[in-house]
Amino acid sequence: MNNHENGASGEFILTGISGSPGICIGKAYLVDREGVDVIEKYFVGQHEIKSEINRFKNAVKKARTELSSIIDGVPEELRDNTYILETHLLLHKDKMLYDKTIEIIKKDHVNAEWALKKATSRAVRMFKQITDPYLGARAADIEHVSDRIMRLLAGIEEVNISGIDKRVILVATHLTPAETSQIQLNRIMGFITDHGGKASHTSIVARSLEIPAVLGLETATSVIKNDNFIIVDGNQGIVIVNPSEETLLDYTELRRRYAIRRADIIRSGELPAESADGIVFRVMGNIELPEEIVGVRDNGGDGIGLFRTEFLYIARNDFPSEEELYEQYRETVELMAPHPVTIRTLDINGDKEIPSLPTPHEDNPALGLRAIRFCLKKPEIFTTQLRAILRAASHGTVRLLLPMISGCEEISESIRLIDSAAESLEKDGLPYNRDIQIGIMIEVPSAAILADAMAEMVDFFSIGTNDLVQYTLAIDRGNPHVAHLYNAMHPAVIRLIRHIVDCARAKDKPTYICGEMAADPINLPVILGLGIEELSMAPQSIPEIKNMIRRISVADTSRLMVDVLKKNTVSEIHELIKNRFGDMLYSEIYAR
Amino acid sequence: MTEELKTDVIVRNSLGLHARPAAMIAKLAMSASGNIWLTVGNETVDATSIIDILSLACMDGTRLTIEAESASDIDVLRQIQSLFEKGFNE
Repeated sequence: MNNHENGASGEFILTGISGSPGICIGKAYLVDREGVDVIEKYFVGQHEIKSEINRFKNAVKKARTELSSIIDGVPEELRDNTYILETHLLLHKDKMLYDKTIEIIKKDHVNAEWALKKATSRAVRMFKQITDPYLGARAADIEHVSDRIMRLLAGIEEVNISGIDKRVILVATHLTPAETSQIQLNRIMGFITDHGGKASHTSIVARSLEIPAVLGLETATSVIKNDNFIIVDGNQGIVIVNPSEETLLDYTELRRRYAIRRADIIRSGELPAESADGIVFRVMGNIELPEEIVGVRDNGGDGIGLFRTEFLYIARNDFPSEEELYEQYRETVELMAPHPVTIRTLDINGDKEIPSLPTPHEDNPALGLRAIRFCLKKPEIFTTQLRAILRAASHGTVRLLLPMISGCEEISESIRLIDSAAESLEKDGLPYNRDIQIGIMIEVPSAAILADAMAEMVDFFSIGTNDLVQYTLAIDRGNPHVAHLYNAMHPAVIRLIRHIVDCARAKDKPTYICGEMAADPINLPVILGLGIEELSMAPQSIPEIKNMIRRISVADTSRLMVDVLKKNTVSEIHELIKNRFGDMLYSEIYAR
Repeated sequence: MTEELKTDVIVRNSLGLHARPAAMIAKLAMSASGNIWLTVGNETVDATSIIDILSLACMDGTRLTIEAESASDIDVLRQIQSLFEKGFNE
């Protein structure tokens, strides 16, 4: 375990979960809980006290205006949920927070940020002594209010990650998808967090940015100090703090070998993914932003298997117009032509929030109003996107993918909206293409079970393994206590996918896979054996998977499946894969 | 006279004096001309502060004393008292 007690400066190792492979060596940069920078304390001279107080008052005023407009934007039917926001509105002026902060500025001659921080932690500390769990949890309300003011005080929009201009390794309790999306590849060497698991959104983004990440470290933010020298080993899921000279040398060598190996594989990315017995698979890229197309092309991707469209909505305060969406989709489609681009319609995930839309509190957002459920409830938002997609489809090959389908009526309702979007475009005299493939994400067990009925209604299936595995096994992939139980090679998952593929084949429809399961080489024999025709993954995984496919014979994987389907545990299945394909897999994966 | 500016109430909602009830009390107390105090046991807090009220950690069944300093605030006192009696409409 860790021998870091007493703040010893010797080397120690923290063990977490690998979020994204790769190795980086550098200085730690701590980002505190809400992504607000570590708060600085500085002295404020007597003659500046008044303007410092005004600065604070202005920030509170702005924060209240912000909050009021959020409350005003809540639709009538959800008004019951705004009371907590209205309470927050009052809390901004609460004397324990407001008057206290001003008092501290006056008395201690410190900056407003520091004074607010002090007032907040005093108020929060009072709550720590409350035994009633519900009342004790109200401390969070104070923190929310304080964070909002702090953000405005520091003049940061949402978080200031985008402003970091040092080559550092980010150390955070937790990074939200919105924050992760702001990380600038050229500025950050890697990141590590206390929470999160292998399949959490944060690690998916890290992999797409090709930066090493280790998550679920639990204590990273408490034991690592700013500017500590650290090594992040994303391959093994460990972080080494204050490495000795010897460790440093070892890791410099490992990093070099890893880079060479990556370069070799990438060079072979352009070659087709033709199996040893001559079957060609399409290996595509998952992207979030049009810019990532470059990564897909450089890595030899055969198209876009999953274009997540949420980030165009998240990184802003209002909804994008049809024109903006159309421009972005068209750019993507044109850059990828003649290869297909699979555009997934808006999936506000359980762990995503759109600033332009105040979301009512949901205890269990992953099972709540999201994706297609949200879109069908807000047809005007959905239609704007559908029109943009149909217009972009006149510039290349577009497939439309509907997320989170759980029942047949959602498919027919969506198709009805697609048809009426096409009609309205016709009326407006705008060029569009309605003749596109429409598919659904199979990620909810009910859709998997109903695959036979759904196969008749759509052109293709795309299995979103991240959610399908999570919902089938009832494992929260972001929870470090159970993340280790999340396993795509669970026999229940494999049998469910077999059922999906069989149903699709009976109706002559193809099945694709677009979850992270497709990017892990160890799963490849099973995926190919199940009859999946197309795999889509983070762009940097494409060359490696293509490379592996070339070494596998599909006939062998079919034989493997006969035995896999007889096994009842993950470990038996792993054993089987290791026995039949182990040598090849391991020599290819690990360069060491 | 002083008797009237002081009254006892009992928390009658299952979640206790949480954020919403505290906000309702604070809103009323802010409209008073003088101070309004809430007392539980030997702890007394300013009723205009949500944080102060929350820090009393009043669960369902807790007995509190509401006190107004100024006689002109008797209406405010009565209104707060009636909030408690109605269980904050929850």
